[in-house]
Amino acid sequence: MPGGTHRPAIGPRVQRNLSAHGFLFGALLCFALFSWYPMVREIIMSFQKTHLGVTSWAGFSNYERIFHDPTFWTAWRNTLEFTLLALILGFAVPFFVAILLNELRHAKGYLRCLVYLPVMLPPASALLLFAYFYDPTYGLFNRILHVLHLPTSQWTLTPGTTWPTMAMISVVIAATWMNMGGATLIYLAALQNIPGELYEAAELDGAGVFKKIRHITIPQTRFILSVLLLLQIVATMQMFVEAFILNGGQGAGNNTESVVYLIYQYAFALSGASNFNSAAALGVVLLIVLSVFSGGYLWLTRTQER
Amino acid sequence: MADTYARTLISPAQLHRARGKLTYRIVLTAVIVIFTLIFIGPLYFLFADGLKSTQEAIAVPPTIIPHSLHPSSYTRAWSEFSLGQLLVNTLYYAFGALAFQLVFDVAAAYSLSRLRPVLGNVLFAMMLATLMIPATVLLIPQYVTVASLPIVHMNLIGSPAAIWLPSVANAFNIFLLKRFFDSIPEELTAAAEIDGASPLRILWSIIIPLSRPILAVVSIFSLVAVWKDFLWPLLVEGGYQPTRETLNVGIWVASQTAPQNLVLAASAMAAIPTVVFFLIFQRNILAGLTAGGIRG
Repeated sequence: MPGGTHRPAIGPRVQRNLSAHGFLFGALLCFALFSWYPMVREIIMSFQKTHLGVTSWAGFSNYERIFHDPTFWTAWRNTLEFTLLALILGFAVPFFVAILLNELRHAKGYLRCLVYLPVMLPPASALLLFAYFYDPTYGLFNRILHVLHLPTSQWTLTPGTTWPTMAMISVVIAATWMNMGGATLIYLAALQNIPGELYEAAELDGAGVFKKIRHITIPQTRFILSVLLLLQIVATMQMFVEAFILNGGQGAGNNTESVVYLIYQYAFALSGASNFNSAAALGVVLLIVLSVFSGGYLWLTRTQER
Repeated sequence: MADTYARTLISPAQLHRARGKLTYRIVLTAVIVIFTLIFIGPLYFLFADGLKSTQEAIAVPPTIIPHSLHPSSYTRAWSEFSLGQLLVNTLYYAFGALAFQLVFDVAAAYSLSRLRPVLGNVLFAMMLATLMIPATVLLIPQYVTVASLPIVHMNLIGSPAAIWLPSVANAFNIFLLKRFFDSIPEELTAAAEIDGASPLRILWSIIIPLSRPILAVVSIFSLVAVWKDFLWPLLVEGGYQPTRETLNVGIWVASQTAPQNLVLAASAMAAIPTVVFFLIFQRNILAGLTAGGIRG
């Protein structure tokens, strides 16, 4: 080796770096192949077209194509509807359940396990069970309504697109049942960090339960509340499996078709016209929308750490 | 006993009054009953209605307690949907992904935390940046990449590597592990280094034994993630004979054509491993959720 004489000086450092990068190599390769490269590739693909195996540049034609697809706007409308409904149910309900559980001094472990149990189920099991409950003829839910002398429902198959649609509400109920455990337990942990003296002070001022929730509980957990709000928006806007299993993904008159379902459909389901490039363009649009919320999350957690 | 609890919304004085005690008892009972109905109730139907006959499972009105028990629908579902095969597939994917993640992510986090290579901080930031990109957004380019790896042009679709390798690119694992490794005192490893221990030896004999709690959290969440995933395994392992699908995808495929009681029996059997897993590891899972779930 020509540099042999220098080895004692730089050798250890080079060797140390080599072994450090050696330890990094496996993970780096996976990140490069399955995260960083696909990110770049998605943008490139969205500006390309493939015809008979030949790939060429296509300008904005993929974007024009998806913007002119009426299903594109329907899917966004539905996704927004799902996100809003999921926030009303999936954001508020866990918070109040957490407040309630935090007051109880018995059966703590049992109740925490109960709430979290559905999160552990394979989604297909939970959703096939809900599809069974939702069945308009032999389903349990319509039976309960019938016994209570209430009008029965078509649930996930209800037609109509006027907000809020019964079809989407049904999807949200199942999704909330499956997923609320995580948020509830995170809120519970946050509630336990509220200093008890604050409540004592409020009581001296004669504050009732609702005043205490409004002026102490909510402000004291504001950080966790906003973080989970953003995380839930990002998660719910990627809704796919819920509607996919409950009613095939589309619902009556496309009223539960989500953006991710449309990506799936553009890429894999439309036989003959299967088109990865339009799907990539839609992926880029979704990425841009979601990065607003991801960015908000990043900004929030960064200011908290300082 | 009650005095040791932290002060919460309702004051202890209020709870100790006779009326407060009564109200508390009523609320507690109501919560236990209602929550059990909401969260365990559906599972009762999942397991019980799989025992019904095909006619009874879709009878109008539905029966709460099966009139006649047909355990054979469980055995029929097991063989007709090759649940055994699906279970083996899912275990293979889940534990394989776990092994790859433990080896590569632990090594990477150790390198970033202790060996501090040139550009380490840049690479770590680039990894963390992927946390901001939601998974489904990259579905298409990831699929295309897995179908034909760059340079080597290998097709991983239908092979377990299509699930194992992408699971390694998990910035949250690396973040949690690195943060934990950072908290291990430098003196412990410095002494070993002076004694001439290699980095691998230090990782194996000092860092890993001290990191059991975080390794447990990472392992549990990595297993659960593979077990629960639906869309990615549907795309990369779907449609092979004999089946290469996961339980999740397999029972969904079966549900398209099979009678309702068999679908429920299959769903129930698919749920058993996760329920058992949860009951065994509930302490770690619930603790890990709040420790690692939210940063800050």
